Amino acid sequence: MADHALHHDDHPHGLAHQFEDMPQQKESAVIGMWSFLITEILFFGGFFATYLIYRSYYPEAFFEGSSHLDIPLGAFNTIVLIVSSLTMAMAVHKSHEGNKRGILVYLTLTGILGLTFLVVKYFEYSAKIEYGLVPGLAWHPHGENSPQLALFYSLYFGMTGMHALHMIIGIGLLIWVFVKAAQGTYTAEYNAPVEIFGLYWHFVDIVWIFLFPLLYLLGLQAGGH
Amino acid sequence: MAITEQDVQASEDAPSVNYLNNGYGLKSWLLTKDHKRIAVLYIISISIFFALGGLFASLVRFELMTPEGDLMSSDTYNKVFSMHGIIMVFFFLVPSIPATIGNFLVPIMVGAKDLAFPRINLLSWYVYVVAGILGTIAVVGGGVDTGWTFYTPYSSTYSNSNVILAAMAAFMAGFSSILTGLNFVVTIHTMRAPGMTWFRLPLFVWSHYATSLIMLLGTPVIAITLVLLMLERGFGFGFFDPNLGGDPVLFQHLFWFYSHPAVYIMILPSMGVMSEMVASVARKRVFGYEFVAFSSVAIAILGFLVWGHHMFVSSQSTYAGMVFSIITFLVAVPSAIKTFNWTATLYKGSIVYDTSMFYVYGYLGLFLVGGLTGLFLSSMGLDIHLHDTYFVVAHFHYIMVGGQVMGYLGGMHFWWPKITGKMFPDIWGRVSALLVFLGFNLTFFPQFILGYMGMPRRYHVYPDEFQVLNVASSLGASILALGYLVPGAYLTWSIFKGPKAPDNPWGAKGLEWETTSPPPTFNFEETPVVTEEAYQYGPIEEH
Repeated sequence: MADHALHHDDHPHGLAHQFEDMPQQKESAVIGMWSFLITEILFFGGFFATYLIYRSYYPEAFFEGSSHLDIPLGAFNTIVLIVSSLTMAMAVHKSHEGNKRGILVYLTLTGILGLTFLVVKYFEYSAKIEYGLVPGLAWHPHGENSPQLALFYSLYFGMTGMHALHMIIGIGLLIWVFVKAAQGTYTAEYNAPVEIFGLYWHFVDIVWIFLFPLLYLLGLQAGGH
Repeated sequence: MAITEQDVQASEDAPSVNYLNNGYGLKSWLLTKDHKRIAVLYIISISIFFALGGLFASLVRFELMTPEGDLMSSDTYNKVFSMHGIIMVFFFLVPSIPATIGNFLVPIMVGAKDLAFPRINLLSWYVYVVAGILGTIAVVGGGVDTGWTFYTPYSSTYSNSNVILAAMAAFMAGFSSILTGLNFVVTIHTMRAPGMTWFRLPLFVWSHYATSLIMLLGTPVIAITLVLLMLERGFGFGFFDPNLGGDPVLFQHLFWFYSHPAVYIMILPSMGVMSEMVASVARKRVFGYEFVAFSSVAIAILGFLVWGHHMFVSSQSTYAGMVFSIITFLVAVPSAIKTFNWTATLYKGSIVYDTSMFYVYGYLGLFLVGGLTGLFLSSMGLDIHLHDTYFVVAHFHYIMVGGQVMGYLGGMHFWWPKITGKMFPDIWGRVSALLVFLGFNLTFFPQFILGYMGMPRRYHVYPDEFQVLNVASSLGASILALGYLVPGAYLTWSIFKGPKAPDNPWGAKGLEWETTSPPPTFNFEETPVVTEEAYQYGPIEEH
């Protein structure tokens, strides 16, 4: 293509050919990520709507199902994600200063916290499989059994599974941003990728903030464990 | 409309490098980030799916020529009409105008070098192609018999066909349209040229903005719905199966929450095309510009609040039905505003009877019938009689084919000189518009009568007294098919043998007519500066 014509001397580092200047490029990136997050809200919204409808149909089964979830592990994971949001925000802050070392340190912390979350989730899922609480695949609950209980667990696995998938994609993106940062790509002027990745990471955290009470804490209402 | 360095006569000594001859290899096309080349890639791919969907439509019309089911079995017929619907909706109608003409024109119309995210734009085409391949595998591997709506339990408990594959294909096609919509929203927000304020934007851009909002807000919901369906089919999670605690009607709610707004994805872009063409053929500013602009946004917003009118007979509460019915009547208002304003634009206009005018007239007539019959269906009482009959089939074909496909073809003719740099023979353009208009009406008007008489959709055996109208409809379909084949032929011919197009063959207003035909890779020699409102046609135009 005719890109060569554009690479004249005053062309700022990191500015793509279609933009006039850096502020325009950054504004586009940020609006683009917000628009994408709106689609994500609608996407998870389908799950939340399904949850709300069936919970209002079958409150007892949902309390019962929820009381089998491990609140301490869920609470631990909630704290892990909230702290990871803090470290992510710090990484974005450091990127505004163009502080390469700061970005790398905080991205590493964020990544470790994200992986911690997934490891805990793995142990939770394994326990559910062991107790036969996976609808369709391994369904032989010890206590009460009803299609409505299975529905709760379908939603549990659907919602937390979709969230975990977003976490895995997030960690993949994190590695990519980390590599770019290590190469010294990000400066005080050009740091939009760190910033919009931060938006994504916060969004995935916020989804969990909703999932935790809806799925785990609901059982407390029925009289606890 | 705008001041650029170029003279109107610049085509004589235009720069010889344009987006088409800037690299010839396959790689220069398949790895392009140029929105214009991606638009061309889309034109080619959606044409293939249009032909495939048309083939299934022909099979349906062949079968319905006789009252007996003599050409195919009921199961085969179920698959044929399902594949017609799935291919036409997800692989042709949704991307039709936005991904092709929109992709080509939105950046040029706002005065930008490209869309905000060129690589995402290319990604959307690849996602579309992969979705198309999956869809084709689903067809070849035995087909799908659920209807295009994938209703449960047809698609879950009682399904014996490639539902997961087809749902996956529709899911990915949706993802591709999210990416297109996202690109448009960001481009329109941040990439407008100096002086291009919101109320100087061409109405084509407004309608694409509204379309993009629907793509962003609606498509994720169909995505999650299809994910739930795939989880039910694949793992036995019972979201929609009563035996597993679920409710099949929930599927209908989630499906129509997207798919009703999606029918506006399948009409709003063509309304944008019409606004541009009406202004050009009448040589006047579009009457009530602001009203037409805001009516697009109003349609996008109201469109999200009417999904329940598909479910008047699906155990929905009467009161919910009444609310949905009233809001559905309200959607007719912005659509009517557009139709009235186009008509008012034509009034005392300096009308040119060329191909564009023929398509404008055809569109106005067909959209009017399609829109008004929508009001029949939004009346709860009448809908109980008309629900799932051929009346519904005729209604939405008047909107989707009479509206969107007419708009797509009209727009392709209108901007063909810009896209290819070649002129097509105008007489053939007029002939094709007439063929489409006549063939279309002969195909679908009898279906209103059939539906009113009680012929249900999706059956291939019907009582003898319905045969005359069905034969008329099939006859019309052959004329309609001719109306699509003829432009295919002469437009292709024009690429090789057509005369070279000037920069502004119609004397139209808009930034796209101020650059060369075809435009250079970065659209303009210099970033244009806009100093006046859209459609400032002078009192007398040389033509």
